[in-house]
Amino acid sequence: MNTALSLDQMIAAPRSDRDTPMLMASGVEKIYPNGTHALQRLNLKIARGEIVSLLGPSGCGKSTLLKMFADLEQPSAGQIRWQGKSDIAAQCNMSMVFQEATLMPWATVAENVRLPLDLQGLKKTSSHVKVLAALDAVGLAQFQHAYPRELSGGMQMRVSLARALVTEPNLLLMDEPFGALDEFTRHKLDSDIRQLWAERDLTVVFVTHSIYEAVYLSSRVIVMGARPSRVVADLAIEGPDNRDEAFRTSESFIKQCAQLASLLQQASGGMQHD
Amino acid sequence: MTKPAFKPLLRRPAIQRIAAPLLLGFILLVIWELSFRQLQVPIYLVPKPSDIVLSLTTNAALLFASLCTTLKITLLAFLMAIVVGTLFSFLFVQSRVIEACFMPYAILFQVTPIVAIAPLIIIWIQNTTLALTMCAMLVAVFPILTNTTLGLRSVNPGLLNLFRVNKATRWQILTRLRIPNALPYFFSGLRISCGLALIGAVVAEFVAGTGGSSAGLAYQILQAGFQLDLPLMFAALFLITCTGLALFVAMSMLSRLFLRHWHDSELG
Repeated sequence: MNTALSLDQMIAAPRSDRDTPMLMASGVEKIYPNGTHALQRLNLKIARGEIVSLLGPSGCGKSTLLKMFADLEQPSAGQIRWQGKSDIAAQCNMSMVFQEATLMPWATVAENVRLPLDLQGLKKTSSHVKVLAALDAVGLAQFQHAYPRELSGGMQMRVSLARALVTEPNLLLMDEPFGALDEFTRHKLDSDIRQLWAERDLTVVFVTHSIYEAVYLSSRVIVMGARPSRVVADLAIEGPDNRDEAFRTSESFIKQCAQLASLLQQASGGMQHD
Repeated sequence: MTKPAFKPLLRRPAIQRIAAPLLLGFILLVIWELSFRQLQVPIYLVPKPSDIVLSLTTNAALLFASLCTTLKITLLAFLMAIVVGTLFSFLFVQSRVIEACFMPYAILFQVTPIVAIAPLIIIWIQNTTLALTMCAMLVAVFPILTNTTLGLRSVNPGLLNLFRVNKATRWQILTRLRIPNALPYFFSGLRISCGLALIGAVVAEFVAGTGGSSAGLAYQILQAGFQLDLPLMFAALFLITCTGLALFVAMSMLSRLFLRHWHDSELG
């Protein structure tokens, strides 16, 4: 039943120059005050430059783990470390993208993207170039003066992505960001993430419940079990560095999806899941 | 929509919204005037619109001075309510304990009829203007307090997490997230409160019964009532109503000015 791979296999990053362990969860437990046991002795290592998906049945604690990486939740036991240091929030330049676009409706696109820099106390004159560059990276430079309500769901999510990139983070945490979007937009954004990731020195942790999205995006997929959750499988994804629509229909893609599907079924404890 | 020039004037929504009720009011006034003229209803029971207009012009100086007094108290009370209401709402969102301590007393003031407290306040506070302002403020403060508190609290949890991931300080969260988020709630509170400030001012004037140079519109209504000068009563009433309307319109415009770009209530 335990399909977890050994530690050596775990940190096998696809690119040899990016194999420094960056993010580590060791023996992480989460028990909520209401008694819910979300995570149980969870161990995980993520290397620099990896793009890792956390995949698991809904309510299994994927988002909880991500929030711990973001220092929004504290583990009940165990440790989260960034480059060996425990104060991750102070050590790591991280950004997070949430399930919703979470844009400020009262602010323009440019103002929304500038927010992280504003909060750092950066002057408008020096932040403007960065804001434009980030908007350019997601293809929305011409919408800088628009208000969020004037944009489609997919465009709002791009703004959210630009806001995450504007601080030039080392670690990008994404919490089921494209779950509410239509499939076409979702595919487009998945490709964009791959490209943005390839262009920068960026480690990505991506929470999803879509097997296809996980395989397409990731260099590695972590399968988490039902509550109380732990890592039940750790699968390195084989695929080209430059992925396009052709990869989605390739034999290797479909094989890996099938493999993940069966792992996920085991992870759900054989229960019926929807 | 693309060729507004060809659209008949009366079909335009903006015109309809203003012109239609005005037209209805005018028709009703004409019916009132003509029917009461025909029925020869005595002026000390119900005056005709023309009698009221006549009273308005003959007592213009008196009424204008009274209007200024009432308006002064209303505006002062409204301003005080805004300051007190928002300050306390800022305090309330800092901690649930503070809110739990103060909220019952705020409700206590709200549920106690102002007519019942007004005599006390008027006895305690020697300065009439200040006493009347206090009364009106007590009536007006509650909607601002509760609405703003609600607005400051009900921020999108995702946005709050975003601010936290970006290591925002408490002050940054207040000024950049909570306050903008509370604006629609605040303005909705203002629209209710401006009317309440006027009601509070009028009620307080009734209770205080202040005459002389600082007599407000409520005092004119009282006096005119004693003398069965119904046209003057109606004239004063008309001015009070106009004041209330003007305040409401002003608050609506203010709200539109601040929210037109983004809030659902001011779109379309």
